[in-house]
Amino acid sequence: MADKVLMKGNEAIAEAAILAGCRHYFGYPITPQTEIAAYMAKKMPKIGGCFLQAESEIAAINMVYGVASTGKRVMTSSSSPGISLKGEGLSYMAGSDLPALVVNVQRGGPGLGGIQPSQSDYFQATKGGAHGDFHMIVLAPASVQEMAELTVKGFELADKYRMTSMILADGTMGQMMEPVELDFDVKERPATPWATTGTKMEREHNIVNSLSLVAEELERLNFERYERYKAVEENEAMYEEFMTEDADIIVAAFGIASRVSKNAIVEARKQGIKAGLIRPITLWPFPKAPFEKAAKTAKAFISVELSMGQMIEDVKLATGCKVPVTLCNRAGGMIPSPEQVLEAIIEADKLGGAK
Amino acid sequence: MASTQFLFSGFGGQGILFAGKFIAYKGLTEDKQVSWLPSYGPEMRGGTASCSVIVSDEPVGSPIVSNPDVLVALNLPSLDRFEKDVKPGGYIFCDSTLIERKVERTDVKVFYIPATGLASENGIPTLANMIVMGKMLKELGDYSQEGIENGLKKVISAKRADMMGLNFKALELGANS
Repeated sequence: MADKVLMKGNEAIAEAAILAGCRHYFGYPITPQTEIAAYMAKKMPKIGGCFLQAESEIAAINMVYGVASTGKRVMTSSSSPGISLKGEGLSYMAGSDLPALVVNVQRGGPGLGGIQPSQSDYFQATKGGAHGDFHMIVLAPASVQEMAELTVKGFELADKYRMTSMILADGTMGQMMEPVELDFDVKERPATPWATTGTKMEREHNIVNSLSLVAEELERLNFERYERYKAVEENEAMYEEFMTEDADIIVAAFGIASRVSKNAIVEARKQGIKAGLIRPITLWPFPKAPFEKAAKTAKAFISVELSMGQMIEDVKLATGCKVPVTLCNRAGGMIPSPEQVLEAIIEADKLGGAK
Repeated sequence: MASTQFLFSGFGGQGILFAGKFIAYKGLTEDKQVSWLPSYGPEMRGGTASCSVIVSDEPVGSPIVSNPDVLVALNLPSLDRFEKDVKPGGYIFCDSTLIERKVERTDVKVFYIPATGLASENGIPTLANMIVMGKMLKELGDYSQEGIENGLKKVISAKRADMMGLNFKALELGANS
């Protein structure tokens, strides 16, 4: 077993990416994710990799597009406003069915916003991220260990389904240090017969492109892509349940919000309220099953978010609006306190009708 | 204590984050669950820096410390800001060279350490932070040669190994103050 070391979440992502075989990183500095770029700048030259600080986020994502088309593991990272700039490239990569890893260590918005932690890019990440019909696999770590593990997982899923995986973290997850073990197995990569690596006069040309001017053809590509998305939805949803077996009140929260919520749930239990947590680990695909199941027995759900209420829509959809769903939130870089979540649990406990 | 929540605070440059890392690493080497969360951004550049550290027997929930068991305040703005948040029965450690006022709370245990003064007198002007750590560990009943050595080994990089001795000196100065 490897030694446990203390690492910042951002550093854990960078080291895990290297362990996963990523040798190409393109980025542009922005708080609170700059440690990823700094780590890559230090490490990549030593291991024969490429670190490049691009002239902008737009340039960086298009460099990712370029390397991805050669079938190599590649990544970029940024924070909220920088991710918006990458939107065009994300859509092009989806249209070209390219695997890549993109990290968003979110900060408060909209606009240039602030630099403190936020989860307000949930819609952007899970509902497409840019123009056109597409999805990204969205992974939401809640510990430094998961920052590392989900980075590896993200690369693996991206390769498996030929799509972009996004790590949706926040400033707290990026900046905090926790013990982390980095001795995980990295699966062998699937072959990339589609990669543009030169025909050597031995095969037909591979073409990586998102332009398709014949509507019938473009429609076919969209339908095919959504068949793949369906497989992702069926097979890849991940979540954690905490004290849900007998829970009357179910808190839904991811990332830092889930950590705060756990404190509140433990406290609520001490006060005799049966509360539990469902923590989505994949935000897309959203883990509907545990919510469908809990909706049969729980009195009420609370969505705890660092946003004005975005995931709450998926919670309502997954629970079929059978029971009340309330929002407990802070925004703009603020984080709900355990006391605030506890209060929301106490309120929800009063409000839930007889089951 | 099953779980101790620390809040370290001071000016950027006083070694607040380093002190926090030392305590986190010390916990790690003792098989505790730990988390370390810094304040970040513009406030780090010359303003108040703070860092939340949790050392626990149980998995750490929220890494954010809003009501510390132990507050370390190395400057007046930090004491002004965080004094009210300390849990009743908790601890406050102040650098009394830089903080002239007394703690107003009467329901906490308070220790005044002239750390910045001691540090300059002893030729280690950058280690006032570790002098306070020495006092803190002593008062918490957690001061052991072995624990300190394990923590220091982890937090001081191989390149700066020459700093080990000076850090020891600072911790001892604090513990004996």
